[in-house]
Amino acid sequence: MTTAINGLSLGGIYAMIALGYTMVYGIAKMLNFAHGDVIMIGGYMIYVTMATGNPLLAIAVAVLSCVILGVTIEKVAYKPLRGASPLAVLITAIGISYLLQSLAQIIFGSAAKMVTVYELGSIQFLGATVQLSALVTLGVTVVVMAALTLFVKFTRVGRAMIAVSEDRGAAQLMGINVNGIITLTFAIGSALAALAGLFYLLKAPNVSSTMGAMPGIKAFTAAVIGGIGSIPGAMLGGILLGIVESVSYKFAAIAPYTDAIEFSILIIILLVRPNGFLGKKRREKV
Amino acid sequence: MAEYILETKGLGISFGGLKAAQDVDIKIRKRQIYGLIGPNGAGKTTIFNLLTCVYKPTAGTFYLDGEEMKGLTPDKINRKGIARTFQNIRLFNNMTVIRNVMVGLQHRPEFKCSVIESLLRLPRHFKVEKAMRAKAKELLRIFDLEQDRNDLACNLPYGKQRKLEIARALATDPKLLLLDEPAAGMNPHETEDLAHTIRKIRDGFDLTILLIEHDMGFVSDLCDEITVLNFGTVLAQGDTKTALQDPEVIKAYIGG
Repeated sequence: MTTAINGLSLGGIYAMIALGYTMVYGIAKMLNFAHGDVIMIGGYMIYVTMATGNPLLAIAVAVLSCVILGVTIEKVAYKPLRGASPLAVLITAIGISYLLQSLAQIIFGSAAKMVTVYELGSIQFLGATVQLSALVTLGVTVVVMAALTLFVKFTRVGRAMIAVSEDRGAAQLMGINVNGIITLTFAIGSALAALAGLFYLLKAPNVSSTMGAMPGIKAFTAAVIGGIGSIPGAMLGGILLGIVESVSYKFAAIAPYTDAIEFSILIIILLVRPNGFLGKKRREKV
Repeated sequence: MAEYILETKGLGISFGGLKAAQDVDIKIRKRQIYGLIGPNGAGKTTIFNLLTCVYKPTAGTFYLDGEEMKGLTPDKINRKGIARTFQNIRLFNNMTVIRNVMVGLQHRPEFKCSVIESLLRLPRHFKVEKAMRAKAKELLRIFDLEQDRNDLACNLPYGKQRKLEIARALATDPKLLLLDEPAAGMNPHETEDLAHTIRKIRDGFDLTILLIEHDMGFVSDLCDEITVLNFGTVLAQGDTKTALQDPEVIKAYIGG
């Protein structure tokens, strides 16, 4: 029971990050490998602002600065490459990722910093100890996923987003401000990254310059497993990966191989369902 | 009001050393149905891409209703009043027919609704959505697509997809509509039907239409004036009958 709840909360973090990946991929058609490092910046912003002792302020500052950071990265690094080969964009994203990590190391040093946002404690539930932070993480992730789905499905901006995702050129010729839509997508993705950073700190209260790297890659894996571009898919993939990871850590025999197990699952799923669980089938045109 | 709704002056573009279009002067009066023809690779679609600012011209400029359009982005061009269809159909495939049209509609001033209003589902959101839905249906009715409105665009048969592209372009309320091979792949009956519809929308929406087409019967039936392109330059221009009988044009088409 405890393992399951832990898995769900870890899955919630992965899902939250995966949602950012999948939004950006679905609409801007690029893999933003710097996404994990935006989480790290969010973590540091919380760390810095927690000096005031006000967690709500810290969260607000983190979300806001991540949004500004994400939009800036898009404007400065990715926008000039629109229309360039996907590989150029990919390598730029990796470059940005290292840039952010190095900047954080220069500013904050390489040692991890402790930061406690909230002491949430735990409750007893059906004989198991359940961390409240796990419930909060899971709850917020579900709400965010539902909100995003509704936003994309039922608002005008959402409709424009889908149009851009379907055919960017045609959408632009229908009067849609494509750059604006992509900027908005990055803003949403980065806000989610800040929240993911918060949940990470609720679970493991220290920040370091590489804290975003592994969760970033895991969440990317989760997004691909769920079907990249699909919002519920990101959620599904994230939860699945979180549960696998917690269960695997439970057994001493396989615990050291946890990461290998997770990535093997990715490979197997890609072999069986190349578009992930909920991914769209690519239609071949003859 | 300018004399010409569209006027290009020395419009041209080169890709590296290749001059895909050069010195193209086209003048189109309001409510004209104007043809742009030429052999494959003559630069017809290039001209469309220049007029919608998908390509930046390397020479010349163009005016819509007297206002210079060069240097705008495609979305701004659309809002200024130029809409188009594509030679290889580019619908939003995984959206329903009616939503395809609504994407075109939602930038019109009369359907304005802020993000906040839309997010909070304020009454205005529902009012605007309802009005848009009604308008979309009205547009679809013209093309006999109303009963297909809830199908995914990719599931429509080819002929209907072509019509839906025109409906979607029309939704953006253009002054000038660019049609890239609207009759491609249609049978003679469908082509005749399409010619009728094109006249109907010209009259109903007070439109000017510039179309690319290979079907000469269709062109001489619809267009009062044409420009014939070959290797990116204007080969002949003017009254359709006369231009089509120009010896240079005949030579370009059947080879000399």
